[in-house]
Amino acid sequence: MAIEIAKTLYNGKIKAFTLGKGNKAVAVGGETCYPFYIFEGQMPNAPRIAMEVWDYPPEDWAEEALKPFVGVTGDPVAWAKKCISDYGADMICLQLISTDPNGLNRDAEEAAQLAKKVADAVDVPLIVWGTANHDKDTEVLRRIAELCQGKNLLLGPVEEGDHKRIGAAAIGFQHVVIASTPIDINLAKQLNILLGNLGVSEQNLIMDTTVSGIGYGLEYAYSVIERVRMAALTQQDDKLQFPIISNISKETWKAKETRITAAEDPTMGDAGKRGILLEAMSAQCLLLAGADVLIMRHPEAIKLVRQMIAELTGTV
Amino acid sequence: MPLTGIQIFKLLPKTNCGKCGVPTCLAFAMNLAAGKAELSKCPDVSEEAKAQLMEASAPPIRVVTIGAGPRAFKIGGETVMFRHEKRFENPPGLAVLVTDGMADAEVDDRLARAGKLRYLRVGLTLRPELVAVKETTGDAAKFEALVSKVARAHDGGILLISANPDILAAGIKACADRKPLLCAATKDNWEKVAGLAKANASPVVAKGANLDEVADLTAKLTQAGVNDIIIDSGSRAIRQAFQDQVTIRASALVKKFRPLGYPTIVFPCEMTTDPMMEAMIASMFVAKYGSIIVLSDFQGESLFPLLVERMNIFTDPQRPLATTQGVYEIGVPKEASPVIITTNFSLTYFLVSGYIETSKVPAYLLIMDTEGLSVMTAWAAGKFTADAIAPFVRKSEVWNKVKHRKLIIPGYAAAESGGLEEELPEWEIMVGPRDGALLPGYLKAWKA
Repeated sequence: MAIEIAKTLYNGKIKAFTLGKGNKAVAVGGETCYPFYIFEGQMPNAPRIAMEVWDYPPEDWAEEALKPFVGVTGDPVAWAKKCISDYGADMICLQLISTDPNGLNRDAEEAAQLAKKVADAVDVPLIVWGTANHDKDTEVLRRIAELCQGKNLLLGPVEEGDHKRIGAAAIGFQHVVIASTPIDINLAKQLNILLGNLGVSEQNLIMDTTVSGIGYGLEYAYSVIERVRMAALTQQDDKLQFPIISNISKETWKAKETRITAAEDPTMGDAGKRGILLEAMSAQCLLLAGADVLIMRHPEAIKLVRQMIAELTGTV
Repeated sequence: MPLTGIQIFKLLPKTNCGKCGVPTCLAFAMNLAAGKAELSKCPDVSEEAKAQLMEASAPPIRVVTIGAGPRAFKIGGETVMFRHEKRFENPPGLAVLVTDGMADAEVDDRLARAGKLRYLRVGLTLRPELVAVKETTGDAAKFEALVSKVARAHDGGILLISANPDILAAGIKACADRKPLLCAATKDNWEKVAGLAKANASPVVAKGANLDEVADLTAKLTQAGVNDIIIDSGSRAIRQAFQDQVTIRASALVKKFRPLGYPTIVFPCEMTTDPMMEAMIASMFVAKYGSIIVLSDFQGESLFPLLVERMNIFTDPQRPLATTQGVYEIGVPKEASPVIITTNFSLTYFLVSGYIETSKVPAYLLIMDTEGLSVMTAWAAGKFTADAIAPFVRKSEVWNKVKHRKLIIPGYAAAESGGLEEELPEWEIMVGPRDGALLPGYLKAWKA
């Protein structure tokens, strides 16, 4: 019996553009179908994974997450290089943790000089991610934009409260803006419009709808991304037709469930594998919802997600 | 083609008796058309109309009950492609595989884990449902003995896997009252398997080499009187299996194509030999439309994330999960430990309790029932205000547990501090940080 197939009626397309510069630049976007529905449309650029590098040695990471980076966590340049050479990172995300005014509050100039060093040392696209403190991020990201002029970095998170000043720097020094909003499709659309009005080109905007991992609100992140993709692809909402980036590693590894040892609770199994799976499975859910770029931490989790991407896109 | 509400209305008695639970026949007809009501609720519908309406009123994806007794559970009944459109109804059952070729000790270990691995979260117990017993030796007696063992050790659902109807019959004999799921009817054996399913009122898996073959088979099974069907699309390649799941769901919901209007079964255990990859594949099927997911093994490190993911994806988007109101002890608090209050949105509770644990400062955490709303939303909705908080704090009797009288309220509820000082004159109200991430630093500096 020939079955009756219900093909989704698409009428939109995600904008496609390139991140970074040179021969390691990364193409993103361009989808004309839901994630991995390549039996219904095209997904010309498979999702990409950026590996995170912290700008100061992490103090509270689960043991399993630190192991792959022993010896380099004190040196962001060495750390970034290791991610590329040993773990094949497509991109690097420098998390500017130390600039947090409620934490170490590192000076903006110092932070920017470090970002410049990392940017000069790597050939893959670089994401720099602030602390979501508007004043500090404005100061830090504007200086980084200037120092790294023309490198086509991704600057974020850019929120409604600081979009004008960071957005202007991104336009002036040719970088991509990460438009960041708190788990709400309407706010996401609104910020995209504001950035468009400011003059940010459609080729320089990637969305972050805010994510969380398994057990900590994954379902909210998942459904907002699905709604964004539905509006973009089937409802001709051109203000939402942008690639999506998800900064998921920090969210999954901060959960206490990545730390409980098998000795403390035998029903939880091996702590290392559990942490890896919590990160990889959370990341995969976001991919199934519509993420184009993931920021991840553990090389084994990345390997699992890459393998699933290869399987689902038929590039094994 | 499904009937419209008006078409259905014409077939109803038009008495507006209200016995179906809605006041008018028209409203009932609209609910039937939307798949939100069952025809059996109407006591006066004629047999003739019933026959016509059965087709239109059946849910587009059949609900099938798996197992019997207190641990029976339902699968199928889904009405949307995306959870935000309404909600996903019935979470997939997770099964662990044992075979008659497996060493006894291995079988025992798996059965022990299937029984033992369970997790308490937001007041719910998360645990896997099924044991899949697979025949690999062709020995009916051996299979029957293994099924008996499983039935004794495991009180959840049982899935019997063999291509040979005689072996399935032997398995049924060992656990008939458990209504085992028979796996599988194929184009070669379906008549015999259908006979077994009918005789024992067991649900049955229809397995084809592709979806066209599955549709043929489900049509034949329904003609033979077997309606509790679960689809195995046959594919064990990840990409094809993913496509099949999407195609089945869309065909059933959008085209109302009956031959695919059934729950599905997927076999990550047959799609990879790497346990980590197997967990990833299972995770994909939790989000993308698997109704029973068969795993080669249950281990805490992969089962826990899968169960929590399942709970997340199948949470009703319109009804956030809430934590029970009360006084929670984080660590081992003493009489000089801080007292913190927040709302009972389950995420708020998880995050705040997690941050308190991170701070290594033991504390009393007061969780107040705000109908599952977060601090900001509850405050804006007037459910987390001084006049509501004060009686709760008094009733909690937390003052019996501490010597000091200092109450830490969330930064987002700072506007209530004045009101609270009036309502709770014996307490000093302290405004904590807005962002939970800052709580560890705040608590380390806090003094009674």
